[in-house]
Amino acid sequence: MSAKSKAEFQLPHAVEAIPGTEGWERIYPYHYRFVTDDPERRAYEEKMFWFYDGLHYPEPMYPFDIIWDEAWFLALSQYNTRIFAIPPVYGVDHRIVNGYLYISPVPVTDPKEIEARVAHFMERAGYYYQNWDRLVAKWETKLKATIGELRALKIEPLPALEDSRVVFEGVGESKGYHLLRAYDQLIDLGIRCWQYHFEFLNLGYAAYVTFLDFCRKLFPDVPSLRLAQMVAGIETIMYRPDDELKKLARKALELGVDGVLSSSGGFAQVETALKGTEAGRKWLAALAEVRDPWFYISAGTGWYHHDRCWNDDLDLPLASIRTYLDKLRQGVAIERPVEQIRAERDRITAEYRALIKSEQDRATFDQLLGTSRTVFPYVENHLFYVEHWFHSEFWNKLREVAAIMKEHGFIHDVEDIWYLKRAEIKDALWDLVTAWATGVKPRGPKVWPQEIQWRKGVMEKFRAWRPPPAVGTKPEIIQEPFTVVLWGITNESLNAWAKLREAGDGASIPRLTGFAGSPGVVEGKARVCRSVEEIGELQEGEILVAPTTSPSWAPAFVKIKACVTDVGGVMCHAAIVCREYGVPAVVGTGSATSVIKSGTTIRVDGSEGTITVVP
Amino acid sequence: MKASPLVCWLHDCSQGSTALVGGKCASLGELMRAGALVPPGFAVTVAGYRQFLAGSGAQHLLASHLEQLDYRDPQALDAASAEIRAHLESATFTAQLEDEIAEFYRRLGERCGDAAVAVAVRSSATAEDLPNASFAGQQDSFLWIRGAGQVLQYVRRCFASLFGARALAYRARMGFDHDKVAICVGVQKMVDSSAAGVMFTLNPSNGDPSTILINANFGFGESVVGGEVTPDEFMVNKVGLEILRRVVSRKQVYYTVDRESQVSRRFELAAELQEAPSLRDEEIVELAGIGKRLEQHYGYPLDLEWAVERGTAGATDVFILQARPETVWSNKARVPASPAGASPMDLILSTILAGQRLG
Repeated sequence: MSAKSKAEFQLPHAVEAIPGTEGWERIYPYHYRFVTDDPERRAYEEKMFWFYDGLHYPEPMYPFDIIWDEAWFLALSQYNTRIFAIPPVYGVDHRIVNGYLYISPVPVTDPKEIEARVAHFMERAGYYYQNWDRLVAKWETKLKATIGELRALKIEPLPALEDSRVVFEGVGESKGYHLLRAYDQLIDLGIRCWQYHFEFLNLGYAAYVTFLDFCRKLFPDVPSLRLAQMVAGIETIMYRPDDELKKLARKALELGVDGVLSSSGGFAQVETALKGTEAGRKWLAALAEVRDPWFYISAGTGWYHHDRCWNDDLDLPLASIRTYLDKLRQGVAIERPVEQIRAERDRITAEYRALIKSEQDRATFDQLLGTSRTVFPYVENHLFYVEHWFHSEFWNKLREVAAIMKEHGFIHDVEDIWYLKRAEIKDALWDLVTAWATGVKPRGPKVWPQEIQWRKGVMEKFRAWRPPPAVGTKPEIIQEPFTVVLWGITNESLNAWAKLREAGDGASIPRLTGFAGSPGVVEGKARVCRSVEEIGELQEGEILVAPTTSPSWAPAFVKIKACVTDVGGVMCHAAIVCREYGVPAVVGTGSATSVIKSGTTIRVDGSEGTITVVP
Repeated sequence: MKASPLVCWLHDCSQGSTALVGGKCASLGELMRAGALVPPGFAVTVAGYRQFLAGSGAQHLLASHLEQLDYRDPQALDAASAEIRAHLESATFTAQLEDEIAEFYRRLGERCGDAAVAVAVRSSATAEDLPNASFAGQQDSFLWIRGAGQVLQYVRRCFASLFGARALAYRARMGFDHDKVAICVGVQKMVDSSAAGVMFTLNPSNGDPSTILINANFGFGESVVGGEVTPDEFMVNKVGLEILRRVVSRKQVYYTVDRESQVSRRFELAAELQEAPSLRDEEIVELAGIGKRLEQHYGYPLDLEWAVERGTAGATDVFILQARPETVWSNKARVPASPAGASPMDLILSTILAGQRLG
């Protein structure tokens, strides 16, 4: 490694702490910090390349929400290192700097060991690829069972006196013990769910990367979005929630209750009005039928506790239904043109295929495309089961635990729970339960509220800080499939990051680059929407600028001229949906929502992947 | 048997007419058949050339000058070439040929609504443009020629260009017989182009067959073809017809017609245009679409010359002026990108082992 490449990124230990946050390290697991008191570990940390995982964590980490990070830290790494023996890579290591999460793929450096892992990999991964559909079906069963256990989990308050049943049925256990056990089970279910999350994911990515690599050999200039289009599923589970809303909108028109739905007021008001009529009750019954599970779709990515799902807030789907009703009344078709999308996918595939001259290459193309299309439904569908459905129910279960802690004075507000690490919650519950059992005052109410207050201040300061895109030493090669596909770590992206860092303040950048997500060029007024709640402000024909989008954002896409996001690659929701609507998209710009202001006229080139401010 | 025509319309030609009208004219006819918009015009055929040569009294010159010529002696070569060409350029046409050329020119003028329609007069060699025997650039091309008299004059010059020093040496080296070769002439309406240039239906730098690459400058295509400017470069994806990259260069000169003297010449490009894109996005996309269709018609990658004429009413015509098979990548023996007999598992393994290389 040359001195020059070392100098490109700051060393992790050189990143300065933010004044007023001293001691922040204690709010995260101890092994997440970069260390200076262990020379061996420090040397390792300096030679590794750590990049900021803005894709999953556009915000600083909440002490509780880091559970999913720990879960995938374990799950991804174990599958690479210990289960499938991916020859040249171990897992992905994690650290936190000033609240932001950095990750680093760990290579296998000994060629002999790589060699030794090959046979295991071929046997084990080969088995999964060969039995993909059967194993995925089994996966679905396992995951649904896990969600079933989560739903069945009871979080019960602590009674002043245990029910007499405990005595007369000889139960021999208290509600205090049950609370501790339920919390452990809750955490266990979360970790288990993530064990499954990664069971197929990296193999799926590896097959997809192989297809991409092969196509780039044949077609060095091929836009990534075209490759994505050849592989992406057309009727995947992720579209289902939005499809259900469209059906509900049509149903409302059929039943003649669309006027009630479109009247002002939140869902509670609308529901009251609907209950008063036969047609209204019919519509509500149709709604009830699809809420489980399709309304467990999160308004965000599902990674943060504040990403609420539709079932948490029915105003969210109601707003979408209203948008669809408007469109239907204008005579605009709202259904996805599935046949057209399929025809376009087939046309693109056939055209690329026809450009391949060698028969051998055409056969390989067919094989790899086939493999990619086999694995891809999992890559797309797991998100609904894990990040949306499971997470949404999981956050709410923890809110039930938080309610008990609030009742006992451990926290002032249910939403304060996220400022505690899961191990701290366990400690606090012990404090709470033993004090309850003993009939004394717990210590917690004098400890946690002030600690939480301080942590809130620290996180505010973290939020104002701009994490460097990467720290450490740039490697010559990255072989970890997940890292390659998901973050698109390439020379170009690294150079762009380095430039962004030089430019410092985003406001001075007249031109932003990202991934070309959906082709085409348009000019229009930008509308920055930081969350799905803000899409109501979008006007017809504006350009949506968002941190990221998810299926909850779907109604926005019927209005917009183009879309720009901070995070995401060519397979992200915004890119896929824009391709379907035929509007340009530039995704993964890193900083569009902080650089672009609402009302600014911008030019979005979804073929080049650039955004320019029009003077 | 019907005698070969001395002159014929380009739209009556096709790829199969090479022996009659030369490669360039045959190709223009084929382009018309392929549905491309090609400026109308006519060809003076091999039969026309032979009649001219017979009537010129130049045979004895050819015999005496070329049989004993030492082709490695550049001075002797130049002298012989000059003498033969001077003779041909001042020779008279047969009355029949002269009448036919004049008549076709008159009818072309009628068709274009301009009796003195400006034309390009280009030689069309019978051995030119054939894969592996490229004479490209060895014959002459004259722009913005007006009036039957001028046309006749430049047709003669094209005939004479068959005896340029380089052409003589080339034929000698390749073993072609001077009596057997013939040259034809294409006379084609001149496009008063706003922008022009070349287009490859693959990426010439990496061979990507899914890419269309366009080089463009303002005015006629001469500045691009002759390498006098660094042209604008537009990269278009062939499958989706979207523009992947625009590299707008600083272009200092361009060619167009001098309205006063009515000749084509080089001009300094106005300062505000020098760094402006020479093509609009919709023109780029239309052009690429034409390239894609033509490649499908011919069945192989092409190297095309094109010109865009912007009408006053905002209408734009995109003309194709020339189509040649792309030779560099098409002649390369393609090594399959995947090893023989590799299973998807083998390929997945090798992809993981290769990883993403960072510079």
